[in-house]
Amino acid sequence: MPLLEARSLARSFGSTRALADLTLEIDAGEIVALMGANGAGKSTFVKIVSGVLAADAGRVAFKGRPYAPRTPAEAAAAGVVTVHQSTDLVGIPGLSVADALLLNRFVDRRSPFFVSHRSVRREAEAMLREAGITLDVERDFADLAAADRQLVAIARALAHRAELLILDEPTASLAAGESQRLYATLHALRRRGLAILYISHRMADLETLADRVVVLRGGRAVADYARPVDFDAAIETMIGRPLASARPDARRLTHEPVLELVGARLLPGRRAFDLTVHRGEVVAITGVLGAGKSRLLSALFGAARLAGGTMRLAGRPYRPASPREAIDAGVAMAGEDRHRSSLMPPGWPGESIAATISLPHLARWYPSGLVTAGKETARATAAIARLGIRAGGPAASVWTLSGGNQQKVVLARWEAEPGTLLLLDEPFQGIDVGARRDLIAAIRSQAARATLIATSDPEEAIEVADRVLVLEQHTLRDAHAQEQAA
Amino acid sequence: MRTADRGGAATPTATAPASGSGERLRTFLRIGAVPILLAAMLVGFSLAQPAFIDLANLMSILQAVSVVAILGVGVTVTLAVGGFDLSIGAVAASSVMAASYCMVVWGLSAPATVVLVLALGAAVGLANALLIVRLKVPDLLATLAMMFLLSGLQLIPTAGRSISAGLILPDGSTAAGAYDPLFLRIGRASLAGVVPLPVLVMAAIAVVLHVLTERTRIGRLLFATGGNELATRLAGGATERLRTLAYAISGTLASLGGIVVAARVGRGDVSSGASLLMDSVAAALIGFAVLGRRRPNVLGTVVGAVFVGVLLNGLTMLNAPYYTQDFVKGAVLVGALALTYGITRGRG
Repeated sequence: MPLLEARSLARSFGSTRALADLTLEIDAGEIVALMGANGAGKSTFVKIVSGVLAADAGRVAFKGRPYAPRTPAEAAAAGVVTVHQSTDLVGIPGLSVADALLLNRFVDRRSPFFVSHRSVRREAEAMLREAGITLDVERDFADLAAADRQLVAIARALAHRAELLILDEPTASLAAGESQRLYATLHALRRRGLAILYISHRMADLETLADRVVVLRGGRAVADYARPVDFDAAIETMIGRPLASARPDARRLTHEPVLELVGARLLPGRRAFDLTVHRGEVVAITGVLGAGKSRLLSALFGAARLAGGTMRLAGRPYRPASPREAIDAGVAMAGEDRHRSSLMPPGWPGESIAATISLPHLARWYPSGLVTAGKETARATAAIARLGIRAGGPAASVWTLSGGNQQKVVLARWEAEPGTLLLLDEPFQGIDVGARRDLIAAIRSQAARATLIATSDPEEAIEVADRVLVLEQHTLRDAHAQEQAA
Repeated sequence: MRTADRGGAATPTATAPASGSGERLRTFLRIGAVPILLAAMLVGFSLAQPAFIDLANLMSILQAVSVVAILGVGVTVTLAVGGFDLSIGAVAASSVMAASYCMVVWGLSAPATVVLVLALGAAVGLANALLIVRLKVPDLLATLAMMFLLSGLQLIPTAGRSISAGLILPDGSTAAGAYDPLFLRIGRASLAGVVPLPVLVMAAIAVVLHVLTERTRIGRLLFATGGNELATRLAGGATERLRTLAYAISGTLASLGGIVVAARVGRGDVSSGASLLMDSVAAALIGFAVLGRRRPNVLGTVVGAVFVGVLLNGLTMLNAPYYTQDFVKGAVLVGALALTYGITRGRG
């Protein structure tokens, strides 16, 4: 008898069928990876199983009994716990790891009214031991790395006596080394008989973890691969076209430098490094979280200062004091985490695709100051066609788009005006393989500018770039700078 | 603070398109509720009390709400940049005192007084911006502090006395000046004897600020700053200057409101402007519900002010006692907020 059994699940949002007749089984002690392009129905399925949404049709059985949780709390009580992508909400900055672990108990009155520091510490340590996680419970939650936050979230989930753990893109914000710790914990949990439903776009995750891969497309489970998983076949099933059709093209490099950094220091006291990026070149900078990738890009964009060294842009000294100055000099940056760094909140003015694209260009496009729809609508319509953005139209809200299409809009913003240097910070975060290939093709199709991409995923770096550099401890590891033949 | 309560918005869940009659009713309610209620009140009150629908009475309603609407528009602009200006009531009250002091004590003419008082309002706005933008004081705290400062400051020059002709100053001398009749016309004149000047001022402010916030580059950037300040800065927007501009606009509009009050009352009362802050904030918040925008908007604010004005005037004509007024305002605000955030939100 499977632990969780979903039969013919369906759920529609208006005229959109997010799930259409989905059937899926998960056994105890296995890690099932759910693959699917954005809009395939992954998150809808997770929401139904975790009690956030109700299904329109079909049924779910858990441990052989009918299962239809109405709230996440009911799901957790039954033994199904979900750990979400964003773990900022797991704990409270300023409070300790122990407090974060016991937060639920403080709230649901299971703990005594008076709690001593020692008893909290003891219980928290027991919870971590139970989950097989080593972490100092006295540390401030704010100081934890993203991976440690994930571990805290998992430990808390396990304390609910979870039998099915759902992980929604847990490694989206982790660097390669950090992921290893998460993998080790998950393997240990599986040995203890826990079932894990794992949602991720990262091949490295799936290769290491998945016992079985279920591919969703159009709200159905279209294929089921057991170990050893043929990932190329799985990806082709998922995106519905052969992989080879979108491989990045080979490129011919010019030797005209666009950006030259000499003796640059990201932080005082760190080793200085040089960096040159040529016209038409795509350079990726990889490295773990906190290695200084974002800081480097921010300095190039005038949002932070270099601690030392000089910058030249197209041969001229370059020292931007603000993003505005950088933009005026022809430098553009799409920041990490597009929701935070690029988009307006839903329901707020400026959430449309056209307004998202026009924001940095308002002064140039509307010199009179009066904003009329004409110009930005025309530009947005052109971008939608050129980048293959799947949207209702230029006036549609960016929040109706999938992650990949949102990222295309952000790219379109910075391609709307010609520039000399484009900086992209983690541009492939939380988007599916199909959209990633489209983006890579779009990025590589521009030969007039130089592109510098920061990513913590080495595979992405190799896939997109002509040249991959590694940033370590705020300095470039130049010995390993590799020329890639592509 | 607007970005804070929109934290949940970070999840990329697409809004489900409207479907079914329930969804359609909700959309209808969301967009039409306030205008429909306003129309229903107009009809209801005029049936119950035919004098209500007199042109003169309608104009007196508009005149009564004009100051609240002008201040509310200022609040709306600060809400648009993600801030909040609690000092507007105190700015308006100080402006009443300042205008009176200019004319009664210094003997200034109407134009000089108006210019000076507007400059005072703008200066207070800039001071707020200095605290908020440069010193990073949270906007509620900065403007609250400014409110206390001004409520006290306006009492000092006259040692706490109200200002009218023949005022005895703290040093024992008697003020020689008086209100300029030209100044009084700001509050008392009317176009063709029908439309009071304050109503025209309100309409002009509404149109100008509506165009500024909804149709111009600056408006787009003001809202962008309030929606996502980081994204706006990374798109090259001068967010600090935009927020400064918003507080300067809010301060200037508040002093304009004070000028209208002074011109209508014709003296500098120490107690004037007591309820202006609450009423104008309420108008701005009710404005969220108008047309179902769920965000600050200038026209909504003006309609919100008129809505409350019509309701209070109608109830007064039906002999509802004066002490029920605040209760009625509160009930309207609660209803509007429930409508904005709760009833029409939909599920999923």
